[in-house]
Amino acid sequence: MALVKAFTQFVDPPSGSTSAEASPEAGGTPRAAKIETVNMGFFYGTHQALRDISLRINECAVTALIGPSGCGKSTYLRSLNRMNDIIEGTRVTGSVTLDGEDIYARDVDVVSLRKRVGMVFQKSTPFPKSIFDNVAFGPRIAGLTNRTELTEIVERSLQQAALWNEVKDRMRESAMALSGGQQQRLCIARALATSPEILLMDEPASALDPASTARIEDLIFELKQNYTIVIVTHNMQQAARISEVTAFFCQGRMVEVGQTKQLFTNPSQKETEDYITGRFG
Amino acid sequence: MSSAGRSRREKPSLRRAFSWLRLREEAIRCLLFGCALLSVMTTLAIIFVLVTETMIGIPPHTSFFQDVSLSEFFLGTEWTPNFSAEQAHYGVAPLVCGTLLITGISGLIGLPTGLMIAVYLSEYASPKARSICKPMLEMLAGVPTVVYGYFGLRFLTPYFIMPVFGGLGAQGYNALCGGIVVGIMIIPMVASLSEDVLRAVPNSLRESGYALGATKFDVSARIVVPSALSGVIASFLLALSRSIGETMAVAICAGNMANLSLNPLEATQTMTAFIVNVMQGEVVAGSTLEKSLYAVALVLFVMTLVMNLVSQLILEKFREAYQ
Amino acid sequence: MSLHGHVYERRLVWRHRLGQLFEWACRLATFTALGILVLLLLSIGRQAIGWLDWGFLTRSNSYEPREAGIMAGLMGSLWLVGLTAIMSVPLGVGAAVYLEEYAKPTRLTKFIQLNISNLAGVPSIVYGILGFTVFVRMFGMMDRPEEFQCSLGFASFSFQLPLGRVVISGACTLALLSLPVVIIASQEALRSVPASLRHASLALGATKWQTIRHQVLPAALPGILTGVILSLSRVIGETAPLAVLGAPAQLSYAPGSIEGIGDAVQHPDKILQAPFDQFTTIPLQIYGWINETKPVFEHVASAGIVVLLAVLLLMNGAAIFIRQRFQKSIRW
Repeated sequence: MALVKAFTQFVDPPSGSTSAEASPEAGGTPRAAKIETVNMGFFYGTHQALRDISLRINECAVTALIGPSGCGKSTYLRSLNRMNDIIEGTRVTGSVTLDGEDIYARDVDVVSLRKRVGMVFQKSTPFPKSIFDNVAFGPRIAGLTNRTELTEIVERSLQQAALWNEVKDRMRESAMALSGGQQQRLCIARALATSPEILLMDEPASALDPASTARIEDLIFELKQNYTIVIVTHNMQQAARISEVTAFFCQGRMVEVGQTKQLFTNPSQKETEDYITGRFG
Repeated sequence: MSSAGRSRREKPSLRRAFSWLRLREEAIRCLLFGCALLSVMTTLAIIFVLVTETMIGIPPHTSFFQDVSLSEFFLGTEWTPNFSAEQAHYGVAPLVCGTLLITGISGLIGLPTGLMIAVYLSEYASPKARSICKPMLEMLAGVPTVVYGYFGLRFLTPYFIMPVFGGLGAQGYNALCGGIVVGIMIIPMVASLSEDVLRAVPNSLRESGYALGATKFDVSARIVVPSALSGVIASFLLALSRSIGETMAVAICAGNMANLSLNPLEATQTMTAFIVNVMQGEVVAGSTLEKSLYAVALVLFVMTLVMNLVSQLILEKFREAYQ
Repeated sequence: MSLHGHVYERRLVWRHRLGQLFEWACRLATFTALGILVLLLLSIGRQAIGWLDWGFLTRSNSYEPREAGIMAGLMGSLWLVGLTAIMSVPLGVGAAVYLEEYAKPTRLTKFIQLNISNLAGVPSIVYGILGFTVFVRMFGMMDRPEEFQCSLGFASFSFQLPLGRVVISGACTLALLSLPVVIIASQEALRSVPASLRHASLALGATKWQTIRHQVLPAALPGILTGVILSLSRVIGETAPLAVLGAPAQLSYAPGSIEGIGDAVQHPDKILQAPFDQFTTIPLQIYGWINETKPVFEHVASAGIVVLLAVLLLMNGAAIFIRQRFQKSIRW
């Protein structure tokens, strides 16, 4: 238990979050659930990668998914905007709803779903185009051609991603010339440009140096005013610093979910405790 | 064996000493280097042969450019080397024009089709469809050019070009048929080279596109192809250089009339077809006609060399960008 | 703003439709190309019916269409491809071994590599001009051909210098032409052999050449063979360089006048003489028949094309067989 105590010094309780009813188990009056998965299972062919995941993700809050490698947290994240559809032979059971609508229903258009649910990947993936064209990509494919509107959106997105001041004079330069941390913020700006409601982040800072990581974390803190954020992270301190709710995944199951502070200081499951105290994973 | 002898042998020296084994290793190395150098010698031999015959001339004979002035060759508009000496003209423009006409038509047909096949194979086709299409495309690439020529002459011209363009004055031998046939021939080449570069585009870019709400078309046409653009252009250049150098199909179905005209319905003659056509008959050794073969071949060689070099350099840059 | 709402929805329908259209266009392009292949095979096959029989394969050519045959070309092609392989395979594999195993990434190596890629793109007709000058005419250095006799005790043969339009001139030309392709294919095969195999062998105290000879080459052999066969099947289809060498389209005898296996065994002279004899090949014969003025000859040409495609199919089949056979036994 001493280890757990020692760990609490990293935990910085998120300032804006006063509601303690983040998890279904916590009881009380829950905040509006943006995404809800009930008894969700996921199959790669015949291999079951996720089983019985029931999780509510709250609006305008940060939910962190932690767990050892291969536990299924990325798979879970990617099934929230149906990115797994690209892989042949995958299948989802149970239900995943966005604002009460089943996103795996037959008549759902994945394209408009993904416009509402943006995603940022572990590796920054700028397109080999100019900075402006990168950010303007989403609005453009959505059909926006008006130059002034595009410029407006690009500027606003870059400002939100805290990159505007660094790139405002070089919008025509190739995005590949940016540094790693800048590229990742560019990808965040690019995702924001389509005005999504939810932002999924798959270990967005794991390939970055500490300074860039800190910037990304500050950014996430800003963004949660307006966006629902789900973040997968390997880094428990990071989860502790930025999230309100944390879910612990292990071997394709969701072992525990709860208020971040509570989960890190007083986990209810033995597995969770072992993981956060560093006994495995 | 005495113990003293054994102890001496227990610590063999690590120093290099002369041995037949090492000598053999060196000899083999040199031999293999010679093999590798042979390719350089081939290039040098090609350049040597073409340049001596056109520009230098080994004494009893004169060179091509001693017989024909540079300005006549490059600026003249008539190519009649078969005529008697006074009436013979050596302006290469009609041959270059014929070559470019055929190459242009083949490009219009082969490049878009090849690129679309590449997009289909790399972005849309299921593994099963790929496993059927790729060997068939390889077969298409393996059909000898003389067969394509025959196909063009006996099927394309009478059953397609004549019914469609006959009213416009299409001739039995016409550049359009040659261009279409060469276009078909470069399709597999463009498809396979472009598919390679499209597949080299990292999947993460495709995923990012989908995550932004892109349709498959948006991803293919607005992310994958633009990202691989330099590689695609390189494959186009290689294919066009192949069109320029293509011989038999053109010689068979585009006719043998040097013709400074861009009308695709008329007969024409390319540089390659001229060379084959002349060599089919008897050529007097040392005649200007024979030397003109080398001059035309030199033009052909330089054109394709430049295109190949440029596309190699582009491809190298492309590979660096994604590795 | 058109990013949301019914404007976006309406556009989305249109975008999906465009995407489908594009997908079908790509599919159409692919099926058109494959359709052309089928059309080509069917139309030529149909013309060849009734003309392709055993006699066509065993007769030498005649001006009478019904009496025409492809024996001379078939034998010429086999001699040519055999001699080409003897020259280009050792040289090509040797060059590939040097570039993959020995060469350090110096500027010279890079230059050689670039040069090989470029040679692969040089038009075949330029090789024809090269072969014509170097092998057939030998730079025109001799005023008239000189005849040489060469006796090996059990048999003898004669040849001329300059070589003239003989099998060996064609084989040398095609060897140079196929060399870059053989090198590139062999390099790819060598590259697919894992480095661990080399390290294991070197760690046992084997020299570099021993490692290559006993470990790397056997492991890369299936890949090399496949590449070699594919490049040789290109050699069989080559027409332009041989036409430039001045090889005749029609000839009434096979190289060395060999009239069958029994004949070759009884007269070893003929085998030695064959490389220095005149020749024609299948594609050259086809070209000749295409240029015939009598329209009946198009059936003969079609029959010739079917034979040519059958030979190519046989070689490609062999390549696929080797690839499948050995890929099962070696798995990294």
